[in-house]
Amino acid sequence: MSVNKYTVSSSPHIRSKDTVQGIMGDVFIALLPAAIAGVWFFRFSALFIILISIASCVGAEAIWQKLTKQKVTINDFSAAVTGLLLALNLPPTVPFWIPIVGGVFAIIVAKQFFGGLGQNFINPALAARVFLLTSWTPQMTSWTLDGVTTATPLALLKEGALQLPSFTDVFLGNIGGCIGETSAIALLIGAAYLLYRRVISIRIPATFIGTVFILTWLIGRDGMFYSNAIYEIFTGGLILGAFFMATDYSSSPVTEKGQYIMGLGCGIITVVIRLFGGLPEGVSYAILIMNLAVPLIERYTMPKRFGEVKQ
Amino acid sequence: MKVLAERIKNGIILENPTFVQVIGMCPTLAVTTGAKNGIGMGLATTAVLVGSNVFISLLRKFIPSKIRIPAYVVIIASFVTLIEFLMQGFVPALYKQLGLFIPLIVVNCIILARAEAYASKNNILSSLFDGLGMGLGFTLALTIIGSIREILGAGQLFGFQIMPSSYQPAIIMILAPGAFFTLGILMAILNHFRSKNTKKA
Repeated sequence: MSVNKYTVSSSPHIRSKDTVQGIMGDVFIALLPAAIAGVWFFRFSALFIILISIASCVGAEAIWQKLTKQKVTINDFSAAVTGLLLALNLPPTVPFWIPIVGGVFAIIVAKQFFGGLGQNFINPALAARVFLLTSWTPQMTSWTLDGVTTATPLALLKEGALQLPSFTDVFLGNIGGCIGETSAIALLIGAAYLLYRRVISIRIPATFIGTVFILTWLIGRDGMFYSNAIYEIFTGGLILGAFFMATDYSSSPVTEKGQYIMGLGCGIITVVIRLFGGLPEGVSYAILIMNLAVPLIERYTMPKRFGEVKQ
Repeated sequence: MKVLAERIKNGIILENPTFVQVIGMCPTLAVTTGAKNGIGMGLATTAVLVGSNVFISLLRKFIPSKIRIPAYVVIIASFVTLIEFLMQGFVPALYKQLGLFIPLIVVNCIILARAEAYASKNNILSSLFDGLGMGLGFTLALTIIGSIREILGAGQLFGFQIMPSSYQPAIIMILAPGAFFTLGILMAILNHFRSKNTKKA
């Protein structure tokens, strides 16, 4: 009689080496170039805001989990990533309490109220950004560069100003804007790292940015086949939003088809707000609105079970 | 006498229309931008509720059950009209503030719910106290929500500055999302305590 060598165990049978800590660590590393670029262009105040924001997110998570007697999971980096993302979405001139209020809101209201990591239906950092933007509009929309008050390129485009920052400045990040959104090159380096590590897939960002490009080019600010469409891709929060926030695991669709729909929807809403809306920039609202649509998208793109008959 | 006190307690705590029954959400979310509005709306609703409950209870054997809903609405609408004119005459500022939401008391589901569920089956005095209890519960809830939103969103309470002048009001709290935040968080806190109490019992 041969010895039975089969091991019988309960599922899961397929294991992967991915951990929350590993993935969040990768996202954190990928955001560092943008953070460094932000500190380079906006100096000490940017560093200060980044540190406060991370500290308040991690602190809020720890305090909430202590109070509700849950396991404290601040070591998985997820709160730190939220904090860093939030800081990158703030203007460098905000008073110190803005990142604190934002961090507490992001972690407690947008994330923990709905069950914590992986349960939030909207991106916490973006929810906090919109909360702050609606509450303290003047503080959240004053931009400076080298100590001089300036406007973001998108605001200039909206006003129809003739003098725009050069394409090189926009690409490098030498323009007014949020700490982490200005430097397209730094964001792209981080995005490339995430794609290489397979933390995110290219589907949402590519459809998102592609839709914005095609629609901006087709509709345009001054008629069809608009020449500045490429320029507009690198302005505002589009690169940051498309690669780092629209791809958030818990608030984006899991199905492939769904991810294309998510990107397409974000792109359309962004262009509509940018070209026809009252605000200069619409990336954050576009992503939040599509976050809300994710359950619907997933329901309609659910893969058919094997053998299921089409109805 | 016991039943009357019980009606009041029932309306304010056990079956609070806002926090427990979660009805009458439209005025709850829309007018509570300040404590004053909350109290005004709550008291106007209370007045209508008491009046309509008494009248419906009085006529409960008289109204044929097939057309009872239109009959209730006629009674409720008469009281709303009365209150509307009274408010317009005596508190014009508040009347202007609340605007459309005063005539909309007609379709406030708290009033129709109490008419259908209580006043049409019980005697006049207990219906009166039922209306009073429910109305006060609604007023209390609206005032609490209004106060929180006013303090955070404007730094004031009943129009008086109470936060230090360095406080930068969070405008979102007096906009629509602030109503949802406040109501949701308050209900979560109350449910937390309620489930704690039932666990103990």
